[in-house]
Amino acid sequence: MTELPLEEVTGWGRHPVGRGRVDRSDGPGLPAGEDPLVVRGLGRAYGDAAMPAASGGLVVDRTRADRILGFDGDTGRLTCEAGLGLADVLRVFVPRGWFPPVTPGTKFVTVGACVACDVHGKNHHRDGSFGNFLERLVLVTADGRRVECGPARERELFLATVGGMGLTGLIVEVTLKLRRVESPWIVLETVGVDGLETMLAGLKRSADDWPYTVGWIDCLARGREVGRGVLMRGRHATAMEAAGRRRPRGLPLSVPVDAPEWLLNPLFMRWFNYLYYRLHGGTLRRRLVTHERFFYPLDAVGQWNRLYGRRGLLQYQCVLPRAAGAAPLVAILDRLGAAGAASFLAVIKDCGPASDAYLSFPMEGTTLALDLAYRGAPTEALIHELNTVVIAHGGRVYLAKDAVTRPEDFARMMPRLAEWRAVRDRWDPGHRFRSAQSVRLLGDRA
Amino acid sequence: MKVAFVGATRGMGRALARALAERGDSVFLLGRDAAELALSARDLEARGPRAPVGHAPLDLGRPAGFTAALDAADRGLGGLDALVVTGGAFGRQEDLAADPARLAALLEVNFTGTVVLCQQAAARLAARGGGLVCAFSSVAGDRARRSNYLYGASKAGLSVFLDGLDLAYRERGVRVLCVKPGFVRTAMTAGLPVPPFAGEPEAVAAAVVRAMDGGRHQLYAPGIWRWIMLVIRALPRAVLRRVQF
Repeated sequence: MTELPLEEVTGWGRHPVGRGRVDRSDGPGLPAGEDPLVVRGLGRAYGDAAMPAASGGLVVDRTRADRILGFDGDTGRLTCEAGLGLADVLRVFVPRGWFPPVTPGTKFVTVGACVACDVHGKNHHRDGSFGNFLERLVLVTADGRRVECGPARERELFLATVGGMGLTGLIVEVTLKLRRVESPWIVLETVGVDGLETMLAGLKRSADDWPYTVGWIDCLARGREVGRGVLMRGRHATAMEAAGRRRPRGLPLSVPVDAPEWLLNPLFMRWFNYLYYRLHGGTLRRRLVTHERFFYPLDAVGQWNRLYGRRGLLQYQCVLPRAAGAAPLVAILDRLGAAGAASFLAVIKDCGPASDAYLSFPMEGTTLALDLAYRGAPTEALIHELNTVVIAHGGRVYLAKDAVTRPEDFARMMPRLAEWRAVRDRWDPGHRFRSAQSVRLLGDRA
Repeated sequence: MKVAFVGATRGMGRALARALAERGDSVFLLGRDAAELALSARDLEARGPRAPVGHAPLDLGRPAGFTAALDAADRGLGGLDALVVTGGAFGRQEDLAADPARLAALLEVNFTGTVVLCQQAAARLAARGGGLVCAFSSVAGDRARRSNYLYGASKAGLSVFLDGLDLAYRERGVRVLCVKPGFVRTAMTAGLPVPPFAGEPEAVAAAVVRAMDGGRHQLYAPGIWRWIMLVIRALPRAVLRRVQF
């Protein structure tokens, strides 16, 4: 094979920035040779999860391995190559009345990445994470073997791979169960809430009757108004409710260049957050929206990450156990408000029970996600500070977003890390699968 | 349409076969690797309303097998009315220049094989009242460049052939569409430096489907390459001698 050229490789947050040799062939296996490699999908992990361990390292992009290998129209069982994008799954199966069982906030992710990050969505309180709907995985492990695993077969490898950030092997095939839906529409209810307690109570109250719930928080509000925002809950509309609806044609919007950094000044952000709250807040509203609008509002704006300017952004997502109550959330939001650092809206969501997968992120409790414009050391210091609060209350951060957490902090967040390491070492003793993130958090060689 | 398709397993062919299958056209796959054909057939069955999707062996480097392949497609489709050829060989200039056997094989596939197959299919379609022959040439065939004239020559020959085939067969009901992709991001071009105006296979596929339904005999995809090639074709030889591309 001819030598691959060096290219810039970065996460969706565009910080940090690295370089790698990207193998984009469409074959099912690993590249020849023994070089360490990182597996990369559509590049939507915010931090360094899909960046090479060392500068110039090998990056294996298998998004061209995207064939559907089988679909059972009676049960919704889908078998596909792991490079298949969620956007394709939606395009092909929503018109036939099937929907992904769990979906993250963007449709520009591969099915393989949904497994590797064990993604969660607005239905986590009811259905759990992506791994709950898997029947079978096929991996190519470090020694080049094809290995099949699942909930009842090579179970340890399965549990280490779900949420394992692609570090146990190359996921090549996935079998999962889609969910039956009657229409592509979502019945959406929005209601304004004036503070964090109301938000948490609203999420809890909605959880029994609504499969999808989420809150948007004005994270620049302070004092008594901390946690003020908009509660949203949704369910798939019935055929009757959706009758006669036509899908609107959205204009393709895109951010053409890096926005200047002064755009995201505190005044503008305060105004944006406040306006969002005023527009959506107040009385209960109910309407029908498309599933794209409900699940993927940001996908409508191409390259929206450019809004954060050339230095990029860090996304911070943590989960705190239910027992910790609202106090640590208030502490985090207060700290962010004081720093004036948070920008567009923060997302809050209640999670159901944790999965059995060793490194899976969600746990019974509340998760908070927000964007921070990257401004160097102060931004990193802020995240370490937030991590201290999270650790003190038994919470953790989401690896699909993380770019700066310290290894010792990560070890405190992950009670089952040792079990995961043992399984990984069994299947990949030389750590051929490694990433910038695994170097940072797990002590892999660069 | 009932389409016999050579090259549907990869790249632009994969995207085009999907676009056709998803809108309800019947597709029958022809190619060398039976396992790959079977996987792509399953993909198309899952995506489109028509199942099963059949496949049969065809090697563009072996014209002796073409009749049997077209017969198989005819049987599988209940009479084909279109042939699409996206398959072909690619090689970098320096590799082809250094390896005569590889160069000969590339010319065999891209020119000889594709010409013979399209000619045979056109005759077959004309005999039953008409149809469509669509083959992928390349902008590389529009003007020689020192950096890829060997590959370009195979495509230049193919372009001239397709142009003539359209002239000869249109009044007998057979339309010929010559697609000239510019740089498109596929596994074929992976590892090459990406020039400006690079396209995506899905966008090319959508444009080709529109052209297959319309009446054109030639399509540049992405469309901007029509204008780029207009300029490149007009460049004086002295300029081409000096530039390195």
